[in-house]
Amino acid sequence: MPLKQKDLLGIEGLDRSDIEHIIATADSLKEVSTRDIKKVPALRGKTIVNLFYEPSTRTRTSFELAGKRLSADVINMSVSTSSVVKGETLLDTVMNIEAMNSDIIIIRHSMSGAPSLIAKELKSSVINAGDGAHEHPTQALLDLYTIKERLGRTDGLKVAIVGDIAHSRVARSNILCLNKMGVEVRVCGPATLIPAGIEEMGVEVYYRPEEALKDVDAIMMLRIQMERQGSGLFPGVREYSRLFGLNEARVRLAKEGAIIMHPGPINRGVEISPAVADGPYSVILDQVTNGVAVRMAVLYLLSEGRA
Amino acid sequence: MPRVKARIMNKEAIDRALVRIAHEILERNNGTDGLALVGIRTGGVHLARRLAANINRIEGVDVPLGALDVTMYRDDLASRGKKMPLGKTDVTFSVKDMKVVLVDDVLYTGRTIRAALDSIMDLGRPQQIQLAVLLDRGHKELPITADYVGKNVPTSRKEAVKVLLTEEGGSDEVVIMDLEGGE
Repeated sequence: MPLKQKDLLGIEGLDRSDIEHIIATADSLKEVSTRDIKKVPALRGKTIVNLFYEPSTRTRTSFELAGKRLSADVINMSVSTSSVVKGETLLDTVMNIEAMNSDIIIIRHSMSGAPSLIAKELKSSVINAGDGAHEHPTQALLDLYTIKERLGRTDGLKVAIVGDIAHSRVARSNILCLNKMGVEVRVCGPATLIPAGIEEMGVEVYYRPEEALKDVDAIMMLRIQMERQGSGLFPGVREYSRLFGLNEARVRLAKEGAIIMHPGPINRGVEISPAVADGPYSVILDQVTNGVAVRMAVLYLLSEGRA
Repeated sequence: MPRVKARIMNKEAIDRALVRIAHEILERNNGTDGLALVGIRTGGVHLARRLAANINRIEGVDVPLGALDVTMYRDDLASRGKKMPLGKTDVTFSVKDMKVVLVDDVLYTGRTIRAALDSIMDLGRPQQIQLAVLLDRGHKELPITADYVGKNVPTSRKEAVKVLLTEEGGSDEVVIMDLEGGE
């Protein structure tokens, strides 16, 4: 069963059965990465272009490995070495890439909506690898896969997302995804980092982790973007860490066996203490492993729909 | 809707064929030494499990049993008719230097078996690969032949052969369906 759409622009365009189908496919593909020969020929002869206008190691590497484990040819383009520095527009860049017969373009861009803009102009499938504060769908899918793998279900679970909700595409995609899967979502952070009206997305808002973490099944910590320090949104990193950082005492408020998640990169000792990040309930590295499987599933299912 | 044209094997016939194939596998391989069964999803997995049970009844030995999903190795990505969800490849033993018997329900064009051969080779280098099928319906498109056959059934390309097994909620029978009028 291919996906119904040409592109993966966000969780918003998926329904629950699409999400379940992607997760089930990822679960089958995970085994490939455990083999001696970590490769299957499914996408042999397909060309995938990684087009990253923002820095990334995890997501770009993860997509690159996912493509290569399916035998596709993967090209990486980063802005600093491309014609963008010579003033080429986004659309011109992607039209030129497509003129070289690309099949899938994976894009990360600081502007919300950039992936959907290029998807309209291209025959290639477009995958959103993060656009501004809008969406990061494969992150939400790999988070969901990790939750399902660890906790065995999604319906009726409680998940708290803690940190800079306002600027986080990871939070947005996760809220959309978890809601569709029957999870009760709580968000928590300083009032300045919680967007007004977020309740309308179907979440409960908390300003104190002591309340937000009570009896949750999973805690998702978000990276506090150091770039925002001094922006006036929160007084300082040390205060943030004291009020919102995840330490062992706060973990104990959650349900017994609750899992600790983080999309990375982590700021040790800021939003998460090293003891928690490396502790027995942390699934942060499982998320990374599952990320490759989920991206293989997305690449495969979109290709299946193209032929 | 496709219409059932003929029932060509019932439960007893399937059971007898699988007992005979189990004996043939043991005879040809001089017992169970280095022997492994790998079923091709989905029908072949159930048949491989039944063959393993038969071998256990005859020799008292559990041979390694695996399952293969060959979707990622097919040459017809996206163009194949049935859109099955991707299954897991589950071969937990090393196939290196083993005598691997691939098990499938129906041998038709041979393309599934070609994919299975590539898939197995990526997991390791078996000493031998053999093929057991419940039905050989003809119309091969590749030079691939089964070593063990439950029943040879000459069919037309306008027909479909379905193996209905209890494991899948069926009734343990093999039927020929008419595809005329479209599926």
